[in-house]
Amino acid sequence: MLKMTDNQQRFISGFDIGRLLRPFAGLAVPAGAVIAALVVGAILLGVFGANPLTGYRELFTGAFGGPDELAATALKSIPLMLVGVGICIAFRTGVINIGGEGQIIMGAILATLVALALPDVPRPILVPLVMIAGGVGGGIWGAIPGALKAYSGVNEILSTIMMNIIAGFFMSFLLEDWLIEPGAIRIQQTKRLTQNADLPILPGGTRLHLGIVVALIVAILAYLLLFRSSLGMRLRAVGHNPHASRASGMKVEMSITQALAFSGACAGIAGAVLVFGSESHRLIGEGGPLAFTQSAGFNGIVTALFGGLHPLFTVLSSYLFGGMLAGGISLQRAVQVPQALVIALNGVVVVFVVGSLKLRTRVQRWAEGDIQMEDRA
Amino acid sequence: MNDFFTVAIITATLASGIRLAVPFLLAALGEAVGQRAGVLNLGVEGVMLIGAFAAYYTALESGSAAFGLLMGLVTGMVMGLIYAFITVVMHAEQGISGIGIYLFGLGFTDLLFQKQVGTPKPISGLQTKPFDWLADDTGRAGELLFSHTVLTYVAFLLVPVFYWLITRTTFGLNVRAVGENPQAADTLGVSVNGIRTAAIVIGNTMAGLAGAALALEIGIFQQNLTAGRGFIAIALVYFGAWRPVGVMAGSLLFGIVSSTVLQLQVQDVISGSVASIANMAPAVLTVIVLVVVSRRIGQPAALTRPFTRDG
Repeated sequence: MLKMTDNQQRFISGFDIGRLLRPFAGLAVPAGAVIAALVVGAILLGVFGANPLTGYRELFTGAFGGPDELAATALKSIPLMLVGVGICIAFRTGVINIGGEGQIIMGAILATLVALALPDVPRPILVPLVMIAGGVGGGIWGAIPGALKAYSGVNEILSTIMMNIIAGFFMSFLLEDWLIEPGAIRIQQTKRLTQNADLPILPGGTRLHLGIVVALIVAILAYLLLFRSSLGMRLRAVGHNPHASRASGMKVEMSITQALAFSGACAGIAGAVLVFGSESHRLIGEGGPLAFTQSAGFNGIVTALFGGLHPLFTVLSSYLFGGMLAGGISLQRAVQVPQALVIALNGVVVVFVVGSLKLRTRVQRWAEGDIQMEDRA
Repeated sequence: MNDFFTVAIITATLASGIRLAVPFLLAALGEAVGQRAGVLNLGVEGVMLIGAFAAYYTALESGSAAFGLLMGLVTGMVMGLIYAFITVVMHAEQGISGIGIYLFGLGFTDLLFQKQVGTPKPISGLQTKPFDWLADDTGRAGELLFSHTVLTYVAFLLVPVFYWLITRTTFGLNVRAVGENPQAADTLGVSVNGIRTAAIVIGNTMAGLAGAALALEIGIFQQNLTAGRGFIAIALVYFGAWRPVGVMAGSLLFGIVSSTVLQLQVQDVISGSVASIANMAPAVLTVIVLVVVSRRIGQPAALTRPFTRDG
């Protein structure tokens, strides 16, 4: 954790949602979760007749073996960082956002529409503009389930899942007809969007583009919002105890809506990056919503949990998981085990991390001489 | 345009809607029992994928769709035991661990498919149609009611069975008790964790069966075969207000809307883009229903709360 005062530390560990956080107070449990997941992966590799050590060496060198690999990993990690940082905001407010997928898509759609409408705006203006458009699109898509939860008591887990489905069909609706690339081949994709909206490639000779800078800026802003602003203090207070927050005069409904709107905005920016940072520079719906989002809406939950729901640590954990995604390609090439293995292992990591809470609490109590008994309530 | 409105096509569309409703119905019935016991299983989609692959692969290798169905059921049961261990014993946050199960199922089945099968090979689905002999003599109504495979009848027969199980048996009473007030149930000597484990295993077994039903109905497997159906099934539980009959109504609605949209598209009545909008409708309707339901009917009070004696 970053430097925190005792009060902040206590404030966080007292969270209801903080039950999720406790496993991260020490490094042992997340490290254990990764080791456990790697053991499961090694068993799977062995079952498929591949040497696990060769497989993991390939995975590691494919992820971190050189400048190009490091850049490829960074590229894979951008959507995870953005979604994950947004998840931090939502979960800290006590709101479970499963709607990252839909928020990515709606951000991508609005950003695409802006680029289509303003193709001649110069790049220094258009690039920030499409990123903001992405944020607005995703933000609206997050604010709707947020408001439904806050004002009508609708379970946000379900409404965000429904919003994912709606967004997926909305994208296919647009790409079937209105936005489809003119021509004989009817593939669900737009034409190549204006070059003025391309995310510039960073110097250094790799394919890494400005998206990584966008992700880092968003992460820092999210950190400042959560831990250095009164708005963020209210969000975390609502996550800690909505009844006490209401009693002390906070507008709980407003905070819940804001949290999901911010969370969705981060995912929406990821959607814009996926469009304007892609090699084809277009919105592609062919192959379904998961093909476009690369499951970042779900994987971002993994990286946020792994980063202890702290925006800056989420950046680091996203980079690690981006490495698994990038390295999975080398793994597939070297030992002929499909990179889908990495997605399966992500699931195992989640299960181990959230499953080790009780264990973690016991270890903590033992270590601290049972002084945290009052936390139980 | 008018071609669509012939009795023959409408009957065929409704019949196919009933078939499409089966995976939703099986998964949602199981999920309803789990939620009544206070456990939210967001991993239904993943378990469905695993059940679907198990059924597909078994049917492909053995040539027996029924054996495939059985394997789907068994893998669902195994996933249920794993999920029960994670949530009941280890007290993991249910929503998040469900997403973990989903990612695992998504990646794992894709991995197995690519490694073990490679190219999509079709399988023949269930052929047993117990009432087929009635369909010929009873005209359109007969086609609608009697042309289905045995699994469809089993799925709909499970609606009264689950109703009876939840409302008329000691087990059902215990399920509702641990879902509403686990501490009180515990003081009366009900094993909260035991009942929850049983409910989770029932739920996941049904999810595995639902995946198997889907794979056998479609006849192939591919990455992300379920395409969100498991998540919709979870929403259908809320949609149906945790009651088997309500769940059935929701499943039929989703099934019939999908089959109608598909039929309209095949008949060239509507374009692909209109079909996308129409496919969106059930999800929009679900959100609206969630708004109404959340005001009127409370969910099981202890939903998503792990049980501790000193809770």
